[in-house]
Amino acid sequence: MSVSPASAEEAAELLRKADGTVAIRGNGTKQDWGGKTAEPDLVLDTRALNGVVEHAAGDLIVVVKAGTPLAELREQLAAEGQQLALDETVPGATVGGTVAANTSGPRRMLYGTARDLVIGVTVVRADGTVAHSGGKVVKNVAGYDLGKLFTGSYGTLGLITQLAFRLHPLPEASAYVTATDLASIRAAQVVPSAVELNGSEIVVLLEGTAAGVAARARTLGGRQIERPAWWGRYPWEPGGTGIKVTAALSRVPDLPGQLRGSAGTGVLYAGLPPETPVDEVARVVAELRAVARDAGGHAVVLTAPEPVRERVDLWGPVDGLALMWRVKQQFDPDGRFVAGRFVGGI
Amino acid sequence: MAAIDALAEQLVDVLGPGRVVTDRQELRTYECDGLAHYKVIPGLVVLASCTEDVAATVQACGAAGVPFVARGSGTGLSGGALPHADGVLIVTSQMRRILEIAPQDERAVVEPGVINLQVTKAATPHGYYYAPDPSSQQICSIGGNVAENSGGAHCLKYGFTTNHVVGAQIVAPDGEVVRLGGRAPDAPGYDLLGAFVGSEGTLGIATEVTLRLVRLPESVRTLLAAFATTDQAGAATSAIIAAGVVPAAVEMMDALAIEAAEAAVSCGYPEGAGAVLIVELDGPAAEVEDQFDRVVALCGAAFEIRIAADDAERALFWKGRKSAFAAVGRISPDYIVQDGVIPRTALPEVLHRIGEVSRAHGVRVANVFHAGDGNLHPLVLFDDGVEGEAGRAEAVSGAILDLCIEYGGSITGEHGVGMDKAKYMPRMFTDDDLQTMQLLRCAFDPRGLANPGKVFPTPRLCGEVPGRHKGGQVAPEVEVF
Repeated sequence: MSVSPASAEEAAELLRKADGTVAIRGNGTKQDWGGKTAEPDLVLDTRALNGVVEHAAGDLIVVVKAGTPLAELREQLAAEGQQLALDETVPGATVGGTVAANTSGPRRMLYGTARDLVIGVTVVRADGTVAHSGGKVVKNVAGYDLGKLFTGSYGTLGLITQLAFRLHPLPEASAYVTATDLASIRAAQVVPSAVELNGSEIVVLLEGTAAGVAARARTLGGRQIERPAWWGRYPWEPGGTGIKVTAALSRVPDLPGQLRGSAGTGVLYAGLPPETPVDEVARVVAELRAVARDAGGHAVVLTAPEPVRERVDLWGPVDGLALMWRVKQQFDPDGRFVAGRFVGGI
Repeated sequence: MAAIDALAEQLVDVLGPGRVVTDRQELRTYECDGLAHYKVIPGLVVLASCTEDVAATVQACGAAGVPFVARGSGTGLSGGALPHADGVLIVTSQMRRILEIAPQDERAVVEPGVINLQVTKAATPHGYYYAPDPSSQQICSIGGNVAENSGGAHCLKYGFTTNHVVGAQIVAPDGEVVRLGGRAPDAPGYDLLGAFVGSEGTLGIATEVTLRLVRLPESVRTLLAAFATTDQAGAATSAIIAAGVVPAAVEMMDALAIEAAEAAVSCGYPEGAGAVLIVELDGPAAEVEDQFDRVVALCGAAFEIRIAADDAERALFWKGRKSAFAAVGRISPDYIVQDGVIPRTALPEVLHRIGEVSRAHGVRVANVFHAGDGNLHPLVLFDDGVEGEAGRAEAVSGAILDLCIEYGGSITGEHGVGMDKAKYMPRMFTDDDLQTMQLLRCAFDPRGLANPGKVFPTPRLCGEVPGRHKGGQVAPEVEVF
């Protein structure tokens, strides 16, 4: 059964009344992300939690319901010359899904990721308790930061119903500039918004004033190009295997050749076609995991065909797993939010 | 023998000589942090030299059911490091090695006792710096910054401590050593590091911290604009933000704060100003030049604008601002440093309301703000020698926090809740909010031994927990001066 609460209170009521397990779903763009789960008794669909609650342009903040598509929010904010600086890496994604899966794109280099931009969160716990943390001011250290805890938690701790974000002004100008060497970009003090790698190709995104962007592009010395077609898109096709590989910055050049992603932050992606045999996927994952570990990072399988999700350890080694389980048990003691999607079987 | 004495003997055995302080006079030197009107003499003090010392101490505390409190440089302004009379104060200030400066990875790995500014000093020769810059950065420690999620003038553009800590080794309240985050971003699993930073010592003690280093800006431009009124300065701030400029910092001081700064450090701000703004832009030279001209134009209502010609003049602009808290001591025998946040656009209105409160109680308030992000630091002046003044100042200080909540802001922007503001938490959060936050506490510290009595006014019971329970609030033992 699927239900679509239109408020935190409605969601709370539904959770209190229903028995059994629950899965949370937004626009369903990442249903094949994470471990395979059992069929839930109830699907909480967030799409009725839609719309901007408050956009205080002068304060550069927005409060938005979790089921709002990222693209809709972008249009509304752009009308006021502002943006939520989270790239839409999966077309159609909702704000809540983006935060719950902690997806990020090229511009994470300048603006950070969801955890850096969320300033307040409203959640509903498994027992129907509605709770808030943070607020709607950017600077705030009152209480624990549940926004960070829920960012990237894959719906295993509770339902996010509303989020407050820090916004940024839309840049006046931008330019995509080719480059050949990561170390010299770092040395140049041009403050890129993104440094992206696609195989051997390097493209830098500069944003700012028209005069500033032009001067910075000259400093870099590359060619100015149109935005590449691959920009901000994961390197796998629907139904394929997608792997996120992280590394210390200086070790990015040591990673295997066919990666795409943020060389400027050490977060890259690899893809394998849907028809790749499971054993081959397992071999590639193990290889990437070894390389990533050596480079100070991790290799995590974000998405994969079902046979792969059944047989391959998607998350790899996780520091602090025992503590994470204790957190899960506190927030969801009866294990209502479907198990198996997240690290260590959470 | 009391539990604490037995624990002292045991810790001397484990940690060796010179690490355990039991002498009453010596213990007294740790009785408060930067919020000096709360005082508690700790049961004993451990001067930790390494992660193993911290872990052994926390484990021993656990076995004995004795609470522990972490302390770095002791500069906190909310009583977060206020000791527990029957507990152990674990001091990390001797763990002050910078383990690694890795400009090629844009990272620094440090021990918790390392002073904030030392990180920048070590990174600068490589072309990098550590961005979070609390005004106490010459003395405050990274461990304390992590506990408090410290801010600073430049967090408007660069974010807070939490945005610059990418990894940590912590000693959890059960004595386990756990790694959170790492050198690369996005470690898999819950963002426990994000939850840990700013948890004010209630989720454990960081013993090694991996920090993000930021490339030094090519250009820095700073101006000082003097306005007749705070309204005008507030309007200029709004205009700058509305123009799409993200300054590195926008700081405001009102007339009384300027008077204090002049008395203390002779910063030579323009005479007769009702408010001054310090606006700093940094980044690529071409970008900064372009935007700086706009900012100067947007400060058109100012009766005087000074533009820093060099680093020395910039330092002079900042000297007045960064010394403002202490400077108030020149114009008032006693004062309360308040820390609250409002939506930035509400600034003029809230300032008027603060003025009304101040007049109604006959208590002077000097205002210093991080105007760019709405973080107020009202300094409430009083003379403790005059009967009733302290009480009136306390009332004004509390009323200012109520104003922050009324306008949708926060009771603390960077100083933390600590001991001082736990009682205000229920004004900002519901019971359900506070109970939910404490689920995290129950996961990390079901027995409530890590810095009990801080942050939350009422501890949550975490269900059946084996062993003795000696946590709980410190309130009854606190002397308040």
